[in-house]
Amino acid sequence: MNIFNFFRRGATAPLARERLQILLTHERQSSCSPQLIAMIHKEVLAAIAKHIAIDPDKVDIDIRHKDKVSLLEINLEIPASVSEAADKKAA
Amino acid sequence: MAKVLVVTSGKGGVGKTTSTAALGAALAQTGQKVAVVDFDVGLRNLDLVMGAERRVVFDLINVAQGDANLSQALIRDKRVDTLYLLAASQTRDKDALTEEGVARVIAELRERFDWVICDSPAGIERGATLAMRFADVAVVVANPEVSSVRDSDRIIGLLDSKTLKAESGERMEKHLLLTRYDAGRASRGEMLSVDDVLDILSIPLLGIIPESLDVLRASNIGAPVSIGNVGSPAANAYIDAARRLCGVPVPMVRPLEKKGLLGRFFGRRAA
Ligand SMILES: Nc1ncnc2c1ncn2[C@@H]1O[C@H](COP(=O)(O)OP(=O)(O)O)[C@@H](O)[C@H]1O
Ligand SMILES: [Mg+2]
Repeated sequence: MNIFNFFRRGATAPLARERLQILLTHERQSSCSPQLIAMIHKEVLAAIAKHIAIDPDKVDIDIRHKDKVSLLEINLEIPASVSEAADKKAA
Repeated sequence: MAKVLVVTSGKGGVGKTTSTAALGAALAQTGQKVAVVDFDVGLRNLDLVMGAERRVVFDLINVAQGDANLSQALIRDKRVDTLYLLAASQTRDKDALTEEGVARVIAELRERFDWVICDSPAGIERGATLAMRFADVAVVVANPEVSSVRDSDRIIGLLDSKTLKAESGERMEKHLLLTRYDAGRASRGEMLSVDDVLDILSIPLLGIIPESLDVLRASNIGAPVSIGNVGSPAANAYIDAARRLCGVPVPMVRPLEKKGLLGRFFGRRAA
């Protein structure tokens, strides 16, 4: 919180703006159904969990539309201990 | 060439009906022939805002179904003689309005008027999609508030996909009318600012209508605010917006924000 927010506790508009921007980018893109994303999410999670212990909350799956193609984006966080072990094996 | 304009928003209570009446009256006052058409079947209000509620005999559905002709149903305004109203019906049956029926009415209105302004009901259902279906131009009405802006975004999506114009591959002309704008609140960061809304919706700005008692007073007496409360800031804002619709490059005046010393100092930061 900066000094200006301190003086102006009524300044909630910036938050409104930010929330809208995030929400609308999402809504504009989602030409495929939320159910489809949920299904992919579940199956990808199951596939990875067979090999690595992951926190389901640290997995982010999204479909983005770019011009004429769509990108399936999967972001997941792998715990440091697991990735270090994997690195050692490789080396 | 007639222009068919839809006034739409998604959300209810943002000022569509008020804006339809005010823009219609302002356009008619320049001598152009204008018909304002109420598409809010079952919840008609445009007649009330125009002060013509006791003169409605036939309505849009009667004409669409062929039970009355246009000349019988059009109500001529008592103040501006190039302004006409086609009221909505009070029927509960929303399916009474068909696409073919509306197409015929709009085609006939096009022949008689310079502007046909369709006052859309709230929502994204049949009534709203029928109101926008045959439009050449859209005025998207939004208030500087999260749910209204989100719904406007949905409506912009529909305008770009569900209208005849969009389906034939043409670009739908869209304008943003920001209504019920409180400059003081925006400057204190309590309400989205003009730039916030413009950034998010990214369609050109047609006008900013201040939140004002003059609008209420005008609706109390049954007159569009642009002719019922001449000289008021809201009336001027609607008159300017109407001129912009006609292609006149009227400079955009941002509503004045009255700020105290502290506000002047910190106001910009929050915006
Ligand atoms: N600029 C304004 N200032 C104050 N009140 C307004 C303004 N615009 C609209 N209103 C009021 O808000 C309410 C809803 O307006 P209306 O035009 O009926 O909205 P909609 O047709 O979108 O549902 C009405 O009571 C109207 O008088
Ligand atoms: Mg209305």
